[in-house]
Amino acid sequence: MTSIRSKNFFKTYIATTDHRTIGIQYLVLALISVAIGTLLSLLMRIHLVWPTWPLSHPILPEDYLAIVTIHGTIMLFFVLTTAPQAGFGNLILPAQIGARSMAFPVLNASSFWLTATALLILLSSTFVPGGAAISGWTAYPPLSAVPGAGPGQGLGMDLWLVSIALFAIATTASSINTLTTIIRNRCHGMTWERLPLTVWGWFTAAILSLIAFSVVLAAILLLLCDRHAGTSFFVPNGDLVSGVIHHGGDGSPLLWLHLFWFFGHPEVYIAILPGLGLTSMLLANFSHRKVFAYRTMITTTLLIGFLGILLWGHHMFVAGLNPFVSSAFSISTTAIALPASAKVLSWLATIWRSKPQYTTAMLFSLGFVSLFVTGGLTGPILAQPILDEYLHNTFFVVAHFHLIMAMAGVFALYAATYYWFPLITATTKHPGRLMSEPLGHLHFWLTLIGAYAVFLPMHLTGLAGEPRHYAQLTGIPGPGGSLSPTGLLLAQTIPLNLHITYAAIFLATAQLLFLFNLFRSLRKGQFATSNPWRATTLEWHPAMNPFPPIPASDIPVITVHRAPCHYESTANGDTSLPQWTSDPVSQISIEDTTNAKPE
Amino acid sequence: MPAIITPNKTDQERKRRLEDHDGGSGRRPPTDKRTGGGGDGDNWNDRSHGRRGPYERLHRYRMGIFFALASDLMFFVAIVSTFFVNQSASHLNVYNHFVDTWVPTVIPPILWLNTVVLLISSGTIEMARRTMFHETDVMDEWLGLGKPITRRALPWLSATIVLGFLFLAGQWIAWRQLASQHVFFRTNQSSHFFYLITGVHAVHLFIGIAALIAAFTGLYVSRQLENRQILVDSTAWYWHAMGLLWLFLFTLLAFFQ
Ligand code: HEM
Ligand SMILES: [Cu+2]
Repeated sequence: MTSIRSKNFFKTYIATTDHRTIGIQYLVLALISVAIGTLLSLLMRIHLVWPTWPLSHPILPEDYLAIVTIHGTIMLFFVLTTAPQAGFGNLILPAQIGARSMAFPVLNASSFWLTATALLILLSSTFVPGGAAISGWTAYPPLSAVPGAGPGQGLGMDLWLVSIALFAIATTASSINTLTTIIRNRCHGMTWERLPLTVWGWFTAAILSLIAFSVVLAAILLLLCDRHAGTSFFVPNGDLVSGVIHHGGDGSPLLWLHLFWFFGHPEVYIAILPGLGLTSMLLANFSHRKVFAYRTMITTTLLIGFLGILLWGHHMFVAGLNPFVSSAFSISTTAIALPASAKVLSWLATIWRSKPQYTTAMLFSLGFVSLFVTGGLTGPILAQPILDEYLHNTFFVVAHFHLIMAMAGVFALYAATYYWFPLITATTKHPGRLMSEPLGHLHFWLTLIGAYAVFLPMHLTGLAGEPRHYAQLTGIPGPGGSLSPTGLLLAQTIPLNLHITYAAIFLATAQLLFLFNLFRSLRKGQFATSNPWRATTLEWHPAMNPFPPIPASDIPVITVHRAPCHYESTANGDTSLPQWTSDPVSQISIEDTTNAKPE
Repeated sequence: MPAIITPNKTDQERKRRLEDHDGGSGRRPPTDKRTGGGGDGDNWNDRSHGRRGPYERLHRYRMGIFFALASDLMFFVAIVSTFFVNQSASHLNVYNHFVDTWVPTVIPPILWLNTVVLLISSGTIEMARRTMFHETDVMDEWLGLGKPITRRALPWLSATIVLGFLFLAGQWIAWRQLASQHVFFRTNQSSHFFYLITGVHAVHLFIGIAALIAAFTGLYVSRQLENRQILVDSTAWYWHAMGLLWLFLFTLLAFFQ
């Protein structure tokens, strides 16, 4: 009996090719990763201001660097790349375009297990001799090319490279799947212009993944050759690392920077593009409006993706680029402010003077807008080579990318979780559940305050000169036992840094509220109706929801009749016109209102 | 100021001209091909996916292969750009002399032969691919008159496998020849690239040959014509792409060192 059960368990949850279950697998993987990543970040914060706690002595700088590296790698790759794109992309995307399944289910499952393997390899690198890699998520050579460059640069670095290589392959496979699904599996009537903006976000992010991840794969292959096969693609002749002079060809570390950031910059957009689409849809849904300038939003999504490929050089302003090249990259970077501002304008115009329904999902979307603006404003500043010369590698940059990518991305994930929770929890036996709204509101406000309290002051410490990747802010000795000028400078930032650490602890603690709400609602949450938010997109179609209940072949033919986000105000309140209803009466009434003369 | 600045008449139901097979999707499919055969106004596009006619799966797999090849192309673009960067690199030595360490690798002449072999193999696999879609044979299979398609495609497929192995053997000889001239992977910048590029391409061909063998067994084992078509078709496109890629890589190695 039990053996049959366990076999079923294996079939249903492990060896499954059902896109919905795979989506949940990805989300679980991301949740585990984000927990580890957050604990590591707390460790860093605590160590920065209380170096001798909880251990009686400061940790070694290389250990600090290993923590920074694992934190960044985990958060960026295994949280912000997997959860929005592969997690919710699997869970929601097929339903949203009226498809019964992803295009390549087996490939889909293999992508997930490859991703999980990559995560395990990354985590295991902590336990090998020398520990995890210490060269940050960007792995710049020669530090990363020479195994003797530091404790983590031996086996730890190899494992890091292998892990990211596997991750790159998995992500490429999954984006092939996403693209083919969107192009081939849309239901009747789902034209490109009627695709929800979330789907446009997934689509653009998948194109970027396809282009970017194979480049980083090639770069990793070359770097592994440098490390083990005696080549020198990235190490210059005569380079002195850890007392050893490198003899070999004329490699160029700058080349790695080019290859890496050609991937790295699109990668951060891969993390945020699904969030951009989701925000548009949720704002419109909860304020019962159409998305303002829908077509322009499609264009700006694609434009952000396209420009995102052309501006990698803004990470290299101080790396020895030709100044003219810097100007070109500066211009292309500043140009991306245009589509980004267009998005913000559309969000504001959509909710302008509406009476939004302030659900938790809506709040998190509004929070996303706020963070996207605050984080975005520092972008054009950093895009000026002159200013970046000072700001590069300071906490100003850390503040910038945490607000616009890390926090905004996490807010989008929260919005998605609160919004789609009924679809995650629906089973054959009972309808989906809702997460607790009061707890959700509390969680939102604490998180918003915490996010700003942590990352706004980092701008100031960065302007004061606090560099990234420094394990210690106190007691850096100068000549003759006195404090060095650097030490003095850093000592000045200590009060603010203390504040940041307190805020970080506060922020992390507030997330326990979310975990509590999540696990409680999984079993005890209130049952939802089949379309609790009165949404217009197809994932709430009664035949899709609860989804996998009916065998795919029994799902009735679904036809789409209109673009998403159609609402009508009538005497007895707003009604929504879902994409799937063909209601000629309301169709006419729409015509009527527009043709009627205003009184 | 109007209370609502979101216009509420941005899109309306498109008119569908059913008699013209217009699915309302804005683009009209050609009337002759995509009809569902269910009489007036029946159109594959109106159906839910999974029921869109005999080539639906085939087209899906083909598209997947093309996306995979696109990303593979970026992989090689990255390696080739590294080639050009390293080729133009140089340094100043301790006497402040300008040193250019790039020593071009002279390619073994057998590569010309290999290139011809690979081109021919593209031809044979194209023959195999086309036989998969011969209408009369498809009809025969559909009527249950044996497996004429498998019978006709097998020789072409086997020829391709043989040619593929020949090419790999040729590459192996090229590496041996270079090694006998004491040019190894780690010898100099240009030899790194020679071995890397040919090596990575050979790995791709190994995958291609594995796919060919899978298609070969598939032709025997699978009863469903659709599966066999997909196997051969996808493999063929992959194989063509590797041939085309090799032309570029070969030109690079032969003329742009
Ligand atoms: C509680 C929230 C978080 C806190 C307190 C935090 C704190 C930090 C700290 C202290 C650093 C090291 C700065 C340095 O020494 O250079 C860092 C780096 C970084 N963090 Fe976070 N972080 C948080 C959340 C996130 C999230 C959600 C992401 C997801 C993308 C993220 C991505 C990164 C990246 C990419 C780096 C750079 C790593 C590197 O340079 O290799 N962080 N973070
Ligand atoms: Cu960037």
